[in-house]
Amino acid sequence: MGNLKFLTNGLIRENPSFVLVLGTCPALAVTTSGINGLGMGVATTFVLLCSNTIISLLKNLIPDKVRIAAFIVVIATFVTIVDLVMKAYTPDLYKALGIFIPLIVVNCIILGRAEAFAQKNSVWPALLDGLGMGLGFTLALTIMGSIREILGNGSIFNIRLLNESASTILLFVLPPGAFVTYGLLIAIMNKIKTKLNL
Amino acid sequence: MAKKIESTLPNMILSLVLISMFMSAALAFVYLQTKGPIENAARQKEAEAIKQVLPEFDSDPASGQIEMEGMVIYNMYKQDQPVGYAVKSSTDKGFGGHIEIMAGFLPDGSIYKVAVLQHKETPGLGTKMMESKFSDQFPGKNPADFMLKVKKDGGQVDAITAATISSRAYCDALQRAYDTMKQLNDSIAGK
Repeated sequence: MGNLKFLTNGLIRENPSFVLVLGTCPALAVTTSGINGLGMGVATTFVLLCSNTIISLLKNLIPDKVRIAAFIVVIATFVTIVDLVMKAYTPDLYKALGIFIPLIVVNCIILGRAEAFAQKNSVWPALLDGLGMGLGFTLALTIMGSIREILGNGSIFNIRLLNESASTILLFVLPPGAFVTYGLLIAIMNKIKTKLNL
Repeated sequence: MAKKIESTLPNMILSLVLISMFMSAALAFVYLQTKGPIENAARQKEAEAIKQVLPEFDSDPASGQIEMEGMVIYNMYKQDQPVGYAVKSSTDKGFGGHIEIMAGFLPDGSIYKVAVLQHKETPGLGTKMMESKFSDQFPGKNPADFMLKVKKDGGQVDAITAATISSRAYCDALQRAYDTMKQLNDSIAGK
């Protein structure tokens, strides 16, 4: 059961978006709706899970001096797999996320976890860490996307809450709204963390 | 725990080559697996877009496909009777750049329906071009006697508030679709 902490670590205590503040580029750019946030989160989780596992398995076969190059090859492979699979089976989501799917390659959460965790730990913790971090990221993006969609568009996951003519706070689906939402969520997270003494 | 291999030149080369080879093989496999579905999805999307902008038809989009001036025109039939033309048109004059539309014209040249396929307009402003308040003013109009320009430019189209550029781009794409369709229609009639 001691391994469980690797899984929960990424959810709150070291949430990649709210606490580590990593991978902010996709977090700000694609979260214009709940479904976009969720899709981006799931795609990143898959890459993180696979790359952490593979890198942990190969850690003794990768010489230190070329480790970054090797990590990038592994990560890029999984990103391309996600890219092709999404293009084939979820074309609408693929279109909405656009350039940000290939850009998962340079998401610092993934290289960060490979460097800081996977290459120093055995397979099982690395896998759980990848999954936990991915879920934490997914959670953050989904919350952000939902808030922005509700306030800016009057709907959630494409289900309308307000009728189409109701006036909404447009700012929230525009880029500045992303920063406002992000800042407020980090503040709330910090408050909760101090309260719970985590 | 096995010892990590050292960073000697042969080791580094061997390690990178092996990893790259293995990963390329994995990629090749996924590519072959998804090739079919990707093509299917694209074709289905095309057919769906045509269905949105034309009355019911039963011919295969690929069979009535004509390429003209960089646009694709689909000549659709129902039981060998012409239903109309679907024209895939685009413009680069949008607020966010490229806009791609599918415009449906009846055989007499009037607009049946228009669908926006791709755009990068501002959410909540330019995206209103897909809402009925704006797009409902086109069906039934014939661009031959309906000026496809916003009222600010002397035309007959009510622009979207705060999104005149998007409205202009929409009209531009639609006008070009009409021109191309007209050209094709004239060349067929002239035969």
